[in-house]
Order: sequence, then C-alpha cells, then structure tokens
Amino acid sequence: MGRIKLLREDGLRHDGRRPDELRPIRMQVGVLNKASGSALVEYGATKVLAAVHGPREIPQRHLLLPNRAILRCRYHMLTFSTHERKSPAPSRREIELSKVIREALEPVVIAEVFPRTAIDVFIEVINADGGTRTASVTAASLALADAGIPMRDLVVGVAVGKVDGVLVLDIDEIEDMYGEADMPVAVAPSLGLVTLLQLNGVLTREEFNEALKLALKGAQAIYNMAREALKSRYLEVKVEE
Amino acid sequence: MSVTPSAEVTVPKLRSATILNMLKKGLRASGRGLMEFRPIEIVPGYVPNADGSALVRLGNTVVVAGVKLEVGSPYPDTPNEGALVVSAEFMPTASPTFEPGPPDENAIELARVVDRALREIKAIDMEKLVIVPGKRVWVVYIDIYVLDHDGNLVDASSLAALAALMNTEVPRIEVDELGNVKVDRSSRSGPLQLRHKVVTVSVAKAENVLFVDPDIEEERVCETKLVIAVSDDGRIAGMQKSGLGALSVEDVLVATDIALKVAKDLLAVVERSFAKTSRS
Repeated sequence: MGRIKLLREDGLRHDGRRPDELRPIRMQVGVLNKASGSALVEYGATKVLAAVHGPREIPQRHLLLPNRAILRCRYHMLTFSTHERKSPAPSRREIELSKVIREALEPVVIAEVFPRTAIDVFIEVINADGGTRTASVTAASLALADAGIPMRDLVVGVAVGKVDGVLVLDIDEIEDMYGEADMPVAVAPSLGLVTLLQLNGVLTREEFNEALKLALKGAQAIYNMAREALKSRYLEVKVEE
Repeated sequence: MSVTPSAEVTVPKLRSATILNMLKKGLRASGRGLMEFRPIEIVPGYVPNADGSALVRLGNTVVVAGVKLEVGSPYPDTPNEGALVVSAEFMPTASPTFEPGPPDENAIELARVVDRALREIKAIDMEKLVIVPGKRVWVVYIDIYVLDHDGNLVDASSLAALAALMNTEVPRIEVDELGNVKVDRSSRSGPLQLRHKVVTVSVAKAENVLFVDPDIEEERVCETKLVIAVSDDGRIAGMQKSGLGALSVEDVLVATDIALKVAKDLLAVVERSFAKTSRS
C-alpha cells in the first residue's frame, strides 16, 4: 500500500478526476446483427460487449422452468483484455461474476412472460481497466432492453473505491489494485433497488454509508445516459422508416 | 454459464405459506427470533492430521474446515508475504441435490466470499509467513467441506475457517544454506499469528422482513441474502448480495446494522469454544 500515490496534492485522482467524477462513458445499443439485442459499453478504457439471445428454446430442456424463463449468463474476458494474457479456461472469478451479474439482472427481467424458454446473456470483456462487472451489468441490461424483453427497470452498475483514505467513484484498475477497498454496486434507480452489492476491502460503518451514497449518485448519472442510449437507438429506427 | 436454478429442495406450498405468513408477523416457523442464530457448536482440532481444523454445527448444518500449510513461492506482487488459498466443496453427503464433481458456482462463490473476508482485513499476519524473503513462504490452504446442508452455509463456513485458523500450529522447518526448506510436521514452531478475527452474518429478506441465519426452508422461500463480513474491531470486512431478488437502500443499511450487532455474539461464541478446549 502507498507504493503508488493515487491522490495528488491538489486532491484530484491519478488520472485527473475529482473523487466523485465518472470516467468518460460511452454506450451504443444494437451493435450486433444476429443477436436479439446487444450493447457496447465503455467506462474509460474498460470496454464490454453484451449480447442477448432469446427468449428461445434450448436443447438442455431439463434446465427449463415451467413458470418462467430462465436467465443464463456468462461473463467472459478475452485473453488479451488484461495486461497479462488471461488463460482461456474459465477462471473462478469469471464463474463467480457470471453468477452475481445474473443475480443483478434477475430482479428486473419479467421472466414469467416466457415460461419454458431461456434468455441468454453473453458478456465479453474486450478491454479491462477496472469496473468490468459493473460495465457488464449496464451493457447486459441495455442488451436485454434492446432485445425487447419486458423489464421492470434498467439496471446500471458502478464501483466505488477507497484510495489513500478517500472514497472515489468509478475506480479504474490502478485504483482497484492499489486502493483499500472496491465496492461494485448495481441499482435499478426507478425502483430504488440494489441488485448487486459486493465489498472487497474494509470500511467503517460511516464510510460504507458514504460509499453507498456515492454509488447511488454515480448510478443515477449512468442511468440517465443508458436511457438516452436506448432512446437514440429507438429514434434512429424511426428516422429510417 | 450461470443459470437460474430450479428448486434444490422443494418446500411444500402450505409450509412455505406458513413460513412467509409468520415472517410477516415477525415470527419464524422454527420458533427462533428474527435476530437469533441456531445453536452453534465449534469443535477445534477435529482433524488431528490437519495443521488446524474445526468442525462447526450450526443447527443441523455441518461444515468441517481444515488448514494445511505448505512451503511455496510468494506471489510476484507480494514477495514478502505468505499466500492464502481458500476453496470449498459441497459434499454429496450434504444434500441429495449435491453431485460429486468440481465445485459449482455456489461453492466457488462461498469460497471467494470467505477468502475476501479473511484476506482484505489481513486476518492472518502474512508477513510472519515468510521463510526465505522473496523466495519461499508459507501458503495457507483453507479447505472447507460442507457435510450436511440445512441452510446458511456461508456463515457456518466462515466460522469453521476462522476456528480452523485459530487452531493452526505452524510446522517446524529447517532451512539449509542453499535455501532449501525441510518441513518437520512432527513438531510445531507455534500458533499461526492472527491479526483480526472475522465472521460473516447472512441477513435474509422475505416479505420485507430481515432476519439472520436462514435455515434451508427459509432460504427456499426468501429470494435475497446479504452476506456481511464483520471484523473483531467492528468494521465491515466484505459484502456480497446473493440470490434472485433485490434490496432497497434502506434494507442494506438496516442489514448492515444487524450484522455489526450480531457479529459480536458470534465472535464471543468462537472465543468461548476455544476457552473450553484450551490446550495446556
């Protein structure tokens, strides 16, 4: 710890951001041809592609549920998305993240409308610079909406970290690696629900309160962007008619 | 790929309705209070051949954790620290729905939640585990086996992992002038040094009611759980939301307060079980 200075003398972060500032975020919906829905989301240098297939029938019929669609989710990193080459075999981290991301999406997908089908969400991390799981949630939720799957709300993700004792929004890889805490959060802002919450690090009760507040603030900003991204896709289609 | 699970244990409709209706009134079908854990029994040193071990019974849930220390290389980014590896397996003995085979996503998640709780607060004094600086260190393997599943595997496992660590005695070693390390497991150089004790408290939610330590039936009817790791100095050492549902911001804050409070009792239970079996 402290080998790398993450907060500068002027109180700004190593990349010049204020503690409560997001990285430049870009979102594009409907970027793939064959998928039912898709989205490309970038948080700074983090770049994540999500594709949704379905609702559809699948050969593994024993997995299907009689009262709802099942969600299947894979979070996957491309081998060259990280500094060191990532082994193509699924890592324990990817297996865990596939689960927490699926569980971040489950509360908003109205799965009861499509019993005995599967909705498949494939997330490809193209470049990893911190916040890949939270960008994944945002991308997956946009891709689900793009696929026309009925949803109660969009879910968006953002991570809050603690670096050099200060809580900061939307941490990048350096801040994650050398910081004291990493707290990824996903929320459905219109419902006021937290659908993903992890804390990797140590916080006091007060710090946790502050961190959650900061995450909600960041999520609201990302939510507004996500709605715009969806709308602009929709309007584009209308213009073409 | 992570898939929406089908019911692992079927709870009869009438039973689940009873559980939910009682929860609405702040009651539990088992007669427990909302903030009440099932009886906890901790047996430190349950496995004599392990370097440290503990069997934990949390009601009818049974988990055994064992520690083995092995000499290995440090991670390149922490050359002067030992290493920690946590894994978990759900044994086919524990439930008719558990199949033999490599750990599934639930076992992996459990191991990683326990791992982070211990790692982030530096529960183990990793710097004391260096044998030859930059070259040879102790690698602490904590392996958790769920033997009987009656719900709340995470809290039972984190108790077992902590108790196993507290029970661990470091084997004696000899280092020759070439830096070769010889391990002598027949004698011990002393207990493993811990800097913090950490437990997890799983707060479940159903019918807008929060409660701790869900048993297997309660886990089936509630959709969401927030696992909160709490250290002996009252800090939050990790968190994980788990399950199909979601929590309101208010839920999260209340659950955190509950965990901070209940964790004190759990830590006291651990201390007591060691006071009882204190080795002379």
